[in-house]
Amino acid sequence: MSSFFDRYANPTRFMRLATAVVPWTAAATLLLLGSGLYFALFDSPADYQQGESVRIMYVHVPSAWLAMAGYSTVAVASAFALIWKHPLADLVARAASPVGACFALLCLVTGSLWGKPMWGTWWAWDARLTSVLILFFLYLGHMALLNAFDDAARGARAAAILALAGFVNVPVIKFSVDWWNTLHQPASVSKMGMPSIDPRMLLPLMLMAVGYTCFYVTVLLLRVKGEILSAKIRALRLSLMQVANQ
Amino acid sequence: MTRKQRRLYFVLLGMLALGGATALVLTAMGDTLVYFYTPSEMAGKQIGPDRRVRIGGLVEKGSVAKDHETTNFTITDLTATLPVTYTGVLPDLFREGQGVVAEGRIGRDGVFHASEVLAKHDEKYMPKEVAEQLKKSGRWQEGADTAK
Repeated sequence: MSSFFDRYANPTRFMRLATAVVPWTAAATLLLLGSGLYFALFDSPADYQQGESVRIMYVHVPSAWLAMAGYSTVAVASAFALIWKHPLADLVARAASPVGACFALLCLVTGSLWGKPMWGTWWAWDARLTSVLILFFLYLGHMALLNAFDDAARGARAAAILALAGFVNVPVIKFSVDWWNTLHQPASVSKMGMPSIDPRMLLPLMLMAVGYTCFYVTVLLLRVKGEILSAKIRALRLSLMQVANQ
Repeated sequence: MTRKQRRLYFVLLGMLALGGATALVLTAMGDTLVYFYTPSEMAGKQIGPDRRVRIGGLVEKGSVAKDHETTNFTITDLTATLPVTYTGVLPDLFREGQGVVAEGRIGRDGVFHASEVLAKHDEKYMPKEVAEQLKKSGRWQEGADTAK
């Protein structure tokens, strides 16, 4: 396992890998989101119950999935940073957090816009909605802690502990609709058995979900590259200052 | 044991302890975390008119009666029922057989006086024609999931 890290988690090698991969994931993002949006908005049927409002689902559901995937990235990277002290792991956690927070916010906003016409309310304090709001706050807390210390290493450590502790919220989000009575309906796709969604509606949902994922990977790789470069600049500046002081 | 191993076990143990603690807290909080009670749960709870609660279930078929702004209907979970009265604008999805959540107080007359009615929808997504086809062929289960 450690040889795998040595090979691929080496910052220089990672930079080369990311530079090679990003054009492909960016192109896939454009293609998938373009076709996904076309099917979602123009070439998929209206719902028997919800009518045209169902189209909000194609934006809302993938953002919820990616908000949880983003948090999982932060938590796994934080565990690697705490246990193996890998320099790249801290940078990944730092890079993923704001992206995931944007997905969580998008999920909350589109959910609210969907809730008003369907449920009759913008917001309800049920277990699903509340646990996703907590997820958003965990992201904000993580970003705040990262920058709360003069010593960046101490901030990264505190934020990593928060990210790991907050990870218990992820299964709670997933199963909240099964464990408790909620206003939010239970899962349609990510459950045992057949998805309870018409194939013509599942197609745009899946295109959008894979498109969101490609977008996430693209942005994450670009942001990690940026973090590596800014770490290099910081190190250079430090050594320059030492030279000047001598 | 190396320092890395020690840290690994420390993180694993910490996550396990935290997960266990969360599970215990959530179990202890039990039904304070639910968004609504079903009519059967209400029947076993002896909740007085002084407490605001939410009840959820299906709007019983043939129970909706409108009188100007006031709507009377019955909420059922297919085991127990509860009569509800509500004055105000209902959500578009409100109809017989639909899952709803009503917030309000239970009156001394045994009728639930709702101050807000929200519509629930199920996790099934399909075009109108498919729903009608299913109903025609008798494979339709009305609100099977909403009523649980």
